[in-house]
Amino acid sequence: MSDWRVETLGEDALLLRFGDRIDAALNRRVHALAAGIAAQRPPWLCDVVPAYATLALFVDRFVFPASADPLHEVERWLDAQAFGTDAETVAGEQRVVDIPVRYGGEDGPDLEAVAAHAGLSAQEVVARHSTGDYSVAMLGFAAGFPYLLGMDAALAMPRLDTPRTRVAAGSIGIGGAQTGIYPRQGPGGWRIIGRTTLPLFDAVRTPPTLLAPGDRVRFVVDPASTTR
Amino acid sequence: MSVRVLAPGLLTTLQDGGRTGFRHLGVGTSGALDAHSHAIANLLVGNPATAPVLEITLAGPRLHFDRAARIALCGAEIDARIGAQVLPGWRRIEVPSGSELALGACRRGARAYLAVAGGFAAPGILGSASTDLRAGFGGVRGRMLAVGDVLPVVRLSLPPADAVAIAAWWIDPAPDLDLGTTQVVRVLPGRDAVAGERALFAEAWRVDAASDRQGLRLQGNALSSADARERISEPVAPGTIQLPADGRPIVLLADAQTHGGYPRIGHVIAADRPRLAQLRAGDGLRFEPCAPAEARRLSIEQRQRLARIALAIASRG
Repeated sequence: MSDWRVETLGEDALLLRFGDRIDAALNRRVHALAAGIAAQRPPWLCDVVPAYATLALFVDRFVFPASADPLHEVERWLDAQAFGTDAETVAGEQRVVDIPVRYGGEDGPDLEAVAAHAGLSAQEVVARHSTGDYSVAMLGFAAGFPYLLGMDAALAMPRLDTPRTRVAAGSIGIGGAQTGIYPRQGPGGWRIIGRTTLPLFDAVRTPPTLLAPGDRVRFVVDPASTTR
Repeated sequence: MSVRVLAPGLLTTLQDGGRTGFRHLGVGTSGALDAHSHAIANLLVGNPATAPVLEITLAGPRLHFDRAARIALCGAEIDARIGAQVLPGWRRIEVPSGSELALGACRRGARAYLAVAGGFAAPGILGSASTDLRAGFGGVRGRMLAVGDVLPVVRLSLPPADAVAIAAWWIDPAPDLDLGTTQVVRVLPGRDAVAGERALFAEAWRVDAASDRQGLRLQGNALSSADARERISEPVAPGTIQLPADGRPIVLLADAQTHGGYPRIGHVIAADRPRLAQLRAGDGLRFEPCAPAEARRLSIEQRQRLARIALAIASRG
């Protein structure tokens, strides 16, 4: 029996829903099902797009005969596959990616503010942020932008009231209870505590993103970090 | 052969049928916003329907052709001339070597499509030549055209033209495209309800000047979501109608982000998305409810009309 519900997302996609909250266990289920579906490579499947607690299947409607209801056919296909409910099936395949970070200073202009908000020293914020065990809940907002689960709750801080017009590429930010990395220079409202020089997105590289949905991530403190 | 950019126009980008299969990496679809006009422009010059073309927004570029070329302009009604010769839309046009094509204002509609026989040669990145303006790749170095750009065109052996020659026949894009200043588009139900069951459909919306290839921002009587709880980010798609907290709907277009946390109050059907592309700031937009079976029928019929247009053009040789 499946532990998700099927909704439609317009006429080109089904949305499979495990829930409606941010929860690491639900997100693992999302990635397990995404991997299971992608492995089958049905001819109508254009894309499998994970989010926190939902998964969109984008469908090429014109693969189906004109008399068919494509999304209904996809739903029947899903029923027939009997995908398991075991999130552990993909756990063994999870990649771990180490990301070196220079915390503080010009690279992390909001580090002191995050520390003040948390009632911690800047060094303690860096220690807690860099020892977390993170997983990529999804890539979105911008090409290659990872939404990471697993941050120490003490570091949570609301976004800036007024987003910056310019956040440097590679900036590590805190937005609420989440942390993420800006792949490209642009506007952004997350609290920036550090920066990596690893390219998060390069369209002509294969694969184009450093991280994939479901990956595990560790931040490694660059000795050049500026913390008082 | 190649086309040199003498003046870039307001926002001219190289676009094809769009990029599929990378939304899971946060990479949007891009591609021609008005896919129907884009396809017909290509078919008129003998290209595959999804070949790369120039998408011209509101005010067009000036272009120099270093060889004879066959072109077509579809979509918005745009001022176009070569010297004193005025060029009509929706026709096959032979252009002599050394011509300077001056594209002016879009008179009706917002986006015109220029196809060149052979197709603009652009590297396919992640399976598409389309410009992704937000991520900064594809098309011409990931950006809109700039003065001095040289756009290579896949070489065809065309008979030399001494003068501009305009075909006597043309394609009528109705009923798939309508350049009126009020559009009616049909909408499938979204996940989230609006307070007041018919409020989305009750009156006309006006297109805000802040609209772009990411989305049409609408002005009108603010709506409210029937359920104001905070939502987490979930996948969205081109055509999705979002309702931010200010109550003014945003209709997502081809350059939209892949995920969003606003309520989704509907989805514009695929067959009506070309109409969205032609709306300008200040234009009106009305939504009508649509059932899934009806959306499927309309989409298949549109595809069949396009197939008939392709046959009609092919029969002209």
